[in-house]
Amino acid sequence: MKKILRVNDLRISFKTNSGNVQAIRGVSFNLFKGETLAIVGESGSGKSVTTKAIMGMLANNATVEQGSILFDGNDILKLTKRELTKIRGSRISMIFQDPMTSLNPTMTIGKQIMESMLEHRKMKRSDAKIKVIELLDLVGIESPSKRFKSYPHQLSGGMRQRVVIAIALASEPDILIADEPTTALDVTIQSQILELIKELQMKLKISIIFITHDLGVVANMADRVAVMYAGKIVEYGLSDEIYYDSKHPYTWGLLASVPDMSTKVDMLYSIPGTTPNLISPPVGDAFAYRSEHTLKIDFEEQPPFFKVSDTHYVASWLLHEYAPKIEMPEHLQRRIKLMLSEEY
Amino acid sequence: MTKYILKRLGMAALTLLVILFILFLLLEFMPGSPFNDEKLSPDQIANLNALYGLDKSPVIRFLIFVKNVVLHQDFGISFVIKKNAAISDMISSRIGITIKIGLQAILIGTVTGIVLGVIAGIKRNTIFDTLTTIIAVLGVSIPSYVFALGLSYYFGYKMRLFPITFDIDDTVRSMVLPSIALSMFVIAQTARFMRMELIDIFKSDYIQLAESKGLSNLKVIIRHALRNAMIPVITVLGPLLVGLMTGSLVVEKIFGIPGIGSLLIQAIQVNDFNVVIAIAFIYSFLYIFVNLLVDLLYGIIDPRIRVQGGGTNA
Amino acid sequence: MLNYDKSRFERIFRDSSNEREILVHNASFFQDTLKRFKKNKGAVVGLIVITIVLFFSLIGPFMNSYKYDQVMTEYEKLPPRIPIVEKLGILDGTIVETKTKARAKINPDYERIVKEYVVNGKEMVDVERNIYKEKGFDDVYFWFGTDTLGRDQWTRVWTGTRVSFYIAFLAVLIDMVIGITYGMISGYKGGRTDTIMQRVVEIIVGIPRLVIVTLLVLVLNPGLMSITLALILTGWIGMSRVVRSQVLKLKSFEFILASRTLGSSDSQIIIKDILPNIFGQVLVMSMFSVPSAIFYESFLAFIGLGLQPPMASLGVLISDGYKSIMVYPHMLLFPVVILALLMLTFNLLADGLRDALDPKMKEE
Ligand SMILES: Nc1ncnc2c1ncn2[C@@H]1O[C@H](COP(=O)(O)OP(=O)(O)OP(=O)(O)O)[C@@H](O)[C@H]1O
Ligand SMILES: [Mg+2]
Repeated sequence: MKKILRVNDLRISFKTNSGNVQAIRGVSFNLFKGETLAIVGESGSGKSVTTKAIMGMLANNATVEQGSILFDGNDILKLTKRELTKIRGSRISMIFQDPMTSLNPTMTIGKQIMESMLEHRKMKRSDAKIKVIELLDLVGIESPSKRFKSYPHQLSGGMRQRVVIAIALASEPDILIADEPTTALDVTIQSQILELIKELQMKLKISIIFITHDLGVVANMADRVAVMYAGKIVEYGLSDEIYYDSKHPYTWGLLASVPDMSTKVDMLYSIPGTTPNLISPPVGDAFAYRSEHTLKIDFEEQPPFFKVSDTHYVASWLLHEYAPKIEMPEHLQRRIKLMLSEEY
Repeated sequence: MTKYILKRLGMAALTLLVILFILFLLLEFMPGSPFNDEKLSPDQIANLNALYGLDKSPVIRFLIFVKNVVLHQDFGISFVIKKNAAISDMISSRIGITIKIGLQAILIGTVTGIVLGVIAGIKRNTIFDTLTTIIAVLGVSIPSYVFALGLSYYFGYKMRLFPITFDIDDTVRSMVLPSIALSMFVIAQTARFMRMELIDIFKSDYIQLAESKGLSNLKVIIRHALRNAMIPVITVLGPLLVGLMTGSLVVEKIFGIPGIGSLLIQAIQVNDFNVVIAIAFIYSFLYIFVNLLVDLLYGIIDPRIRVQGGGTNA
Repeated sequence: MLNYDKSRFERIFRDSSNEREILVHNASFFQDTLKRFKKNKGAVVGLIVITIVLFFSLIGPFMNSYKYDQVMTEYEKLPPRIPIVEKLGILDGTIVETKTKARAKINPDYERIVKEYVVNGKEMVDVERNIYKEKGFDDVYFWFGTDTLGRDQWTRVWTGTRVSFYIAFLAVLIDMVIGITYGMISGYKGGRTDTIMQRVVEIIVGIPRLVIVTLLVLVLNPGLMSITLALILTGWIGMSRVVRSQVLKLKSFEFILASRTLGSSDSQIIIKDILPNIFGQVLVMSMFSVPSAIFYESFLAFIGLGLQPPMASLGVLISDGYKSIMVYPHMLLFPVVILALLMLTFNLLADGLRDALDPKMKEE
């Protein structure tokens, strides 16, 4: 299978008043053509920074310490501004988290969608307009030709997110990055938008990087999953490997905190403790402080990747041959199986 | 939108009525009625009383007062500054220059302020930014009359580039220094506000989205940032007007400009009540009117307000 | 695979001592704020300058034997002269005048030519004249000079500065007392009360402050009283609006709802839950109202609607000095500098406080 994007040992830090925030501390992954890669992790784990790096849109106070992002034989991190704008929005585009704030409030949605077509595909205005209306229809907006002249505040949250998706698709990109595209939406609308993205991927055969903090959201969608914690990927594998056979206690924590929709229980599990301070990251395994299964070495040395299968890698000392054998908790396995079978 | 306009109009009218009422009360209870001039004969006084309705009940008198002011712009007569001259004549011959200088100051001020603010907002943490911040801080910190004094001392007295005091035969050059002195405050405020707005907007999601479309920086700024930054800047125009009013008083005093500001000062100093009250009304009216205008303008420029009430049908 | 010592793979079980380690980094909010404030050079310098000016305004008038309203016509219009400093050639009791060369008769006892030049074909000279020597006041020192009536400017300037501090204090007090109370009642009670109170605010906002002051002056005569009243009438509006919107926001928060269901009274909720949460913003806001109040007093005095001579306020002094700006710019210089300094430093202080209390605004 063809690798369309390759991220190698990416390290990014931010200069702030209180010190250097080491937000990304050695991240590598591949995106395969036509596949969906889910990047999952708690708030602050570095998901958005990773995607911003891919878009070439890092904040001014960011420094790329190391690493490369290969796309089409070029390292995105080494492109000039001008070359970047040619890729950005035309070959790689992005859906943002909060549809309430991600549209320009004083521009009609038609114009906002048209913008990147005119920019990258050099279309005529009248052609572009027809294309926009087709797109609006494609993303499921009713009476699209009327909606062309609407302002964002005239649309509901779900509608706006459909518009944002239309903007992202306007230039027919190869890669679509969706940064928590459903987090800000109601549950019912959330699943509609997920359905839409899935459908669009089938139709358009694009590759998707889907960012979320909720493993439940991507269960039926992702081909591969990368689990991020404190600026690192701690587990990486095919979807099935992560859901049914994950090895990292952090992944277990994330799986346990997936809201259980069938039983509608309000009590949500959340991993105890907070993410570490990335200005002076812990010496060893950053998750050790919060894990139930901590080893002495976790405080001394960062774990390397242990290979579980050709597609499944885990960064945890628990996989070392000397470590006590600890498996994914039984009740969690059962719950996940149950959930995935009936819900989606 | 219609509802919004109506509400604003109603509020403006109510405020104006309250002001008229206060002014009416003052006129009623101030020591010395407008016609206590000893040279007037009892007949004349009776005539005047009838003319201004002073022999009627207070409610009727108030209505007459409102009618005179609103319909006929009749504020009575001055009895100290220019004996028995109609105040409306005194004011109408002076208000032009005050408004002209005010408008010039607003124009110079907002244009310069917006340009400075935009440069500073875009070129964050460069020399332009620092410079603008310094100008903004000084402009806010140094009173307009100190500026006026400084300008008249250096450009008027020392360098003799412009007249120190108002020269009827050279109105154009006479208005340069006063307009600049007045505009400093406007420049400072708009620059500061514009810069803050832009910085906020550059952090916003929709700018990120615009960038993610692969637009060049220039296009992102012009198409997406500027318009949205301009909208709130309109809201500072109201407060700026207050600054302009106080400013116009001192500037007219310093440069000896024959406007209504200097007339007000004079009237207060010689206790010419009617004149003070008339000018107080005019200032209030201008203030309310411009604020109303600004609000409506805001409604027109910002689509979120424009369609308020009937829009969300998705 | 590398060789590791087996003992390193022992399990560690969580106990509370591990957890404490993580929390060490969390400095308290107050310490954080203080740290950020200290980092803001403008604000710190501002605070220092304000303290110095306050110190002189308290002590200054007692540092010599003159009274602020003591008229000594024999000493009128003297330029500043300070012992020791005068040896440096500044503040040495001299003024510089420009004359045509033909007219300038130099008396070498107290006059000397500092510059000769030609303007429009005329020969001009700048003459430096020591007024103190000219008049024979050898041992007399007026540190800031005197005004047209021979009153000591030093004493007058610092006495006048007191008025500015009084106004500053008043502005903060009005914000804190009236502004908070009004906003709190309006926001907390809500409903009809809120609607009516907000209409009142809208009407007051609709009347320019200048007009209110003018009318007050008309009724009360110019002076500190009418300024104080004007501030009381209009000074709290901005604050009440901010407090109201904050209270409206807080009211719907869970901890307040919880507190209410637990049976806390309204006053308990206000004091324990609401006030501490809005205090930062209130403080910043009231600091911002200081410079504008100081400006307003000086402005009114300048146009003759404020304090009246022989009382001294910075505005009065500027108004006096402005009349002789062409000949004796020093009379204007000191009050103008102090006024600008006060307004500048209060602005810087308020800016600094805002940034320190609201770190979001200054992330980068
Ligand atoms: N411009 C910046 N300056 C300083 N620190 C930054 C900046 N951008 C991100 N960070 C830091 O980098 C870390 C990772 O942030 P990131 O936004 O990638 O998290 P995330 O995984 O996307 O979380 P969320 O789920 O909340 O979106 C955080 O600790 C954040 O504080
Ligand atoms: Mg994020």
